[in-house]
Amino acid sequence: MSIILAAEALSCVRQDRVLFENLNFQLSAGQVLYIQGKNGAGKSSLLRLLAGLSSPEDGQILFHGKPLSAVAEHFAEQLLFIGHQSGIHPQLTALQNLAFWSALTAQQPADPYQLLGSLGLAGLEDIPCFMLSAGQQRRVSLARLWFTTKPLWILDEPFTSLDQQLIAKLEQHFLQHLASGGVIVLTSHQALSASYPELQALELEYRW
Amino acid sequence: MVMWRSLIKRELQLLGRQKADWLNPLVFFLLVLSLFPLGIGPEPGMLKQIAPGLVWIAALLSVLLSAERLFKDDYRYGVIEQLVAGREGLFSYVTAKICCHWLSTGVPLILVSPLIAVLLGLNFDSWQVLVVTLVLGTPVLSLLSVLGAALTMAADKGGILQALIILPLYIPLLIFASGAMEAAATALPYTGQLAVLLAFLLFALALVPLAVRQALRMNVG
Repeated sequence: MSIILAAEALSCVRQDRVLFENLNFQLSAGQVLYIQGKNGAGKSSLLRLLAGLSSPEDGQILFHGKPLSAVAEHFAEQLLFIGHQSGIHPQLTALQNLAFWSALTAQQPADPYQLLGSLGLAGLEDIPCFMLSAGQQRRVSLARLWFTTKPLWILDEPFTSLDQQLIAKLEQHFLQHLASGGVIVLTSHQALSASYPELQALELEYRW
Repeated sequence: MVMWRSLIKRELQLLGRQKADWLNPLVFFLLVLSLFPLGIGPEPGMLKQIAPGLVWIAALLSVLLSAERLFKDDYRYGVIEQLVAGREGLFSYVTAKICCHWLSTGVPLILVSPLIAVLLGLNFDSWQVLVVTLVLGTPVLSLLSVLGAALTMAADKGGILQALIILPLYIPLLIFASGAMEAAATALPYTGQLAVLLAFLLFALALVPLAVRQALRMNVG
């Protein structure tokens, strides 16, 4: 099976502190990379490297065997990145936030009302997001996972402030995405409860 | 184009929700200009003489005032991060931001200019020249302010820093815009100054959006 995303001897330095060095992994279609580690161990920094937002101190990231910088445009088309901040503007409603994201990627949900309803946001589509709870805002942000066609998902703490029911629903959706040949990179402090066919766990040590 | 329209719509929705963002600069502009006749005295000759400089200084400061928060929210909530990661939408986002900034700060200044003409005792001809300089100059103000906001969006209290970066760039604009109005007031030809303003505008229009995009990328990386 062809390797979609790979890291070779990756290292990252922040504020004169080596977060990790000589990190290697290879991900093919249908695989999930589950990154764990203490606060400050470099999980988010690693995700930002993988999303092409910053450059590694050393080593390289390969996308379909080519260095990330050489295929940046193509890579961005294939990537869905949800970072530590959810990307939701609190002054806009759930629908407006979805419309913004749809416009950027030219991918629309078939029925936004039904999608938001299925995520437990029925009746809350038209109120500004700052009035929603943290978990509800997170749901608005994650709603795009249900209509995107991008194969590579990089998600920073997607389960934060979600309730058990929605976590289960999200994990089911992850399994579907993987079954259809997608790739997921995610960080989380909580154990994954669904059983993933091909899970690679990566533990980042906190280093001084 | 569809994407750009949606992005414009989003910016307008945001302006609709955050009315202070565009009302404050306009009120500031009017307040400053209405204080001058009171402070300096209502003698028409005096006011008419200093009016070109006054109007442009007030316009400049009010646009500067409006720009500080331009990218702050989108940066804080991770919108810019996702735009940078997504790449293709970033340039449209930047141009939509610039357009809507001009619509919300430059255009209101042009619309209230008749009132300003009355306050400062400008005659019809001087008012016409004022409008032309505002039409050519306020887009440049917006472009430069957006650039300043993009450069300082990650700084916690970026207001003063932004002023320091952008004010020097405003100065040529101030000189030629008020120069055109002064020349018109003394019945001298002023098309030269207007041509320089137009050149500023075209130059900024061509380069600033690219610079803003790069500044956003740098701040996220």
